[in-house]
Amino acid sequence: MTMRTRRKDRHSWRKLESAVVSGLTFCSAIIVIAPLALVFFHVVKSGIGAVNLDFFTKLPKPVGTPGGGMANAIVGTLELLALASVIGIPVGVLGGVYLAEYGTARVNWVLRFIADVLNGVPSIIWGVVVYGLVVLRFKSFSAYAGGLALGLIMVPLILRTTEEVILLVPASYREAALALGIARWKTIAHIVVKTASRGIITGILLALARVGGETAPLLFTAFGNRFWNHDLREPIAALPLQIFTYAISPYDDWHRQAWAGALILVTGVFCVNVLVRIFTRVRAMPV
Amino acid sequence: MTKAQLLLRERSVRERMTPPSRFGDEAFKWLTLTMALAVVLLIVLIGWQLARGSSLAIQKFGFSFLITSTWDPVAEQFGALPFIYGTAVSSLIALLIAVPLSIATAVYLTELAPLWIRQPIISLVEMLAAIPSVILGLWGIFVMIPWLRDYPFPFLKRILGWTPIFTGPIYGPSMLAGGIIIAVMIVPIITSVSREILRSVPDLQREAAYALGATRWEVTRIAVLSYAGKGLFGAVILGLGRALGETMAVTMVIGNTPQIAASLFKPGYTLASVIANEFTEATTDMYLQALFEIGLVLFGVTILVNLIAQLLLKTIARGASPRAVQ
Repeated sequence: MTMRTRRKDRHSWRKLESAVVSGLTFCSAIIVIAPLALVFFHVVKSGIGAVNLDFFTKLPKPVGTPGGGMANAIVGTLELLALASVIGIPVGVLGGVYLAEYGTARVNWVLRFIADVLNGVPSIIWGVVVYGLVVLRFKSFSAYAGGLALGLIMVPLILRTTEEVILLVPASYREAALALGIARWKTIAHIVVKTASRGIITGILLALARVGGETAPLLFTAFGNRFWNHDLREPIAALPLQIFTYAISPYDDWHRQAWAGALILVTGVFCVNVLVRIFTRVRAMPV
Repeated sequence: MTKAQLLLRERSVRERMTPPSRFGDEAFKWLTLTMALAVVLLIVLIGWQLARGSSLAIQKFGFSFLITSTWDPVAEQFGALPFIYGTAVSSLIALLIAVPLSIATAVYLTELAPLWIRQPIISLVEMLAAIPSVILGLWGIFVMIPWLRDYPFPFLKRILGWTPIFTGPIYGPSMLAGGIIIAVMIVPIITSVSREILRSVPDLQREAAYALGATRWEVTRIAVLSYAGKGLFGAVILGLGRALGETMAVTMVIGNTPQIAASLFKPGYTLASVIANEFTEATTDMYLQALFEIGLVLFGVTILVNLIAQLLLKTIARGASPRAVQ
């Protein structure tokens, strides 16, 4: 009898322990996502007041003059992303195709390993490297340098997602095409890549959303510009750079503009992420 | 048909079946190979560029660059110790905060949570990872630091003020604030990698423990966590790699003062932030060289840490495949 009650006590104790641990881990999850909610709340609250038509159409005003906007920074970020795409997309996608379609297991392991290590290189390092490669050589900060820095960051990201989605294409598709006598490269380009195109585009969009918010690699490549950029060989404004400059300035008016810029940037990044998640399911962070 | 005719016909069929040229295939293969090899080229390029940019500084200061703490651009004396110290301490604080939270969250999401709640939380964690660093820094300056200064910091000082690490005046921008913001930035990656690791634990493990009458938590502790230990360690090291290189958000809240102080309320400086702040101000060649060398140190450390993390993760990924167990 005593034996049975003791066992019963012990059993309820164990169940209680399990429930307590579940509760604790649930609390951890809440703490982990709390900053997301807080950042989002404050960005909307402080940013919404300064977002108006001027913000999208006007240049920044000098200190002390209220108003003005970030039109040049918004366009600048889009230009930089376009330049980055020119490098990041072809290299990343074709490299991913090689890993998925041609490479031997050993070579792939090494390349994948290096790509993953490359993903861990701090973004500021890319800024320093491109400064040495481009800015020092041509003696000017430029949109090209900024675009190159962002493009190189995109390469390993796109390479890994492309490889992953291409591997999902069933082997029977390839076999069917080859059995019809279609050349291998045509099979890959027209059948395999086309089948995986949705996933590849998802990977590209996520990479763009990621580098679109990068500031560190642009500090001494694109450098920033208070005016319109008319020549890609000249410094160019970018939204994250402008937010950084305004955030660390001592002026209230600039702080308001920084929050508004943050609202636009966050909205852009989140829109891409949410849309991508609705249309496809792909891992956001290749590791 | 004569035999000769038959032979002729067979040959023509065979000729039609062999593809006219393999040039397209070869060219495409080499093109993709070149692009894939770009990742190798990029790693080499980074190392070469950083070494080239800092060769004079390396010659001039040698090993003392890493162990002296004078940072005087005017006198051209450069020692990186305060930045190395700042990077190490802020990353350590970040790990102390982020690791328990991330692993607990990953455990909750794979083992303990009701199924319907898992996907929403996973998506929210991924969204947290998508917040640009500069925006987290902006939030850090105007929301987090004033709050820390008013509530948690005085509380810590009252409770733990007798220890050397929570003494002195409270400014706001500080090593502790830097560590906290890095923690926010690395939580998503540690969580999602840990989640992958836990998910790769074979169900057989869990079923065996359940069959012995274990509760949910006991299953997790005995069958899952002990099995996944090495992989979780890899996830933590990967988080460390990210922490070391975090730049913008840290630069905005850490105070940017090159000093080595025991108190975490005092401002600090990290390798990444000194590059971010001073690179465009480097007026002399030696100053720029010193900053390149800081970059080289940061690159070397992050590469090493990432190598270790990937080795841990890749080997576990193979060892834990269900096939290996059966």
